Amino acid sequence: MKKRFGKDFYYALRMTLPVMAGYVFLGMTFGLLAKSEGFAWWVPVLMSLVIYSGALEFAAVPLMGSFDPIGALLLGIMLSARHLFYGIPMLKKYEGTKMAKPFLIFGLTDETFSILSTAEPEDGVNPSKFYVLVTLLDYIYWVSGTLVGAILGTAINLNLEGLDFVLTALFVVLFIEQMKTKSGILSGIVGVAASAVSLIAFGKTYFIVISMAMIASVLFAGKKVIDRE
Amino acid sequence: MSELQILVMIAILGFGVALTRFLPFLVFKNTKKLPKAVEYLGKVLPAAMMGLLVVYCLKDCNFGEAGEVIPLVISVAAVAGVHLWKRKAVLSIAVGTVLYMVLIRVIPLIAV
Repeated sequence: MKKRFGKDFYYALRMTLPVMAGYVFLGMTFGLLAKSEGFAWWVPVLMSLVIYSGALEFAAVPLMGSFDPIGALLLGIMLSARHLFYGIPMLKKYEGTKMAKPFLIFGLTDETFSILSTAEPEDGVNPSKFYVLVTLLDYIYWVSGTLVGAILGTAINLNLEGLDFVLTALFVVLFIEQMKTKSGILSGIVGVAASAVSLIAFGKTYFIVISMAMIASVLFAGKKVIDRE
Repeated sequence: MSELQILVMIAILGFGVALTRFLPFLVFKNTKKLPKAVEYLGKVLPAAMMGLLVVYCLKDCNFGEAGEVIPLVISVAAVAGVHLWKRKAVLSIAVGTVLYMVLIRVIPLIAV
């Protein structure tokens, strides 16, 4: 029993190594930034525990200077809209996860979604356990990175600029893996093309929501060609 | 802001994110058999969203600046190349990341 768990844990750890590097580094950067903006150490840590979304947490730092609940809600929904599309592929996968389901959904970040929607658990590994381990490990990386950054502050003086590329690289790798699936080639091309066009046409702030609408419309319009299974 | 106000702000931000993560599951909570359209989306969305995430990661690059563009293009190509060749995720990611960290320090010194 113990040995079995060790093997499952090791597998999940191996799958999440790039996320570990990216989250610990970015979490530290976030903790450091919040501290340099004058917040107490527990503020960034609590944000990482409760919000658990890197993009939003960084964007929220300037917002935390004044009390603006409506602004916070709008920013939270706008910047997280892409998550609406992460649930759909996971509806089936998470069907048998019982008690763990709320936690799995809470922890469905870009990176956790990317890994779990692409990777299958190893033979003999209980899928639910694999999903929980990956989600939990990613959460621990992010929160502990934030904690270290918030406590040590500027005492850390390592020049690790560029380490965040590890997450870009992770998405490139998982994109290639997705392209190797039957219906993945065309839908992958749709994803890149729609996002690139809308980034150029509409700019950084709004392109995600517009890309999502474009992706969904093209995927439906091209269903006959794209759906090959 | 007072501590209470900070706590309220964090709770609201957390609620906003959680709403977007939980909504698909809440909508189909009691559905025994998913509609065909949703099942189809579930199958094709991961590849499309991975494409979106790749573009998302490149969005902050200043494309007029050679010192930024060159390291990014070379490193992304290296990740893709190594992955298509060996298909070992950790290897492709490690090679690309180390290369990127070196290039962003070296290229600005050379590029005019």
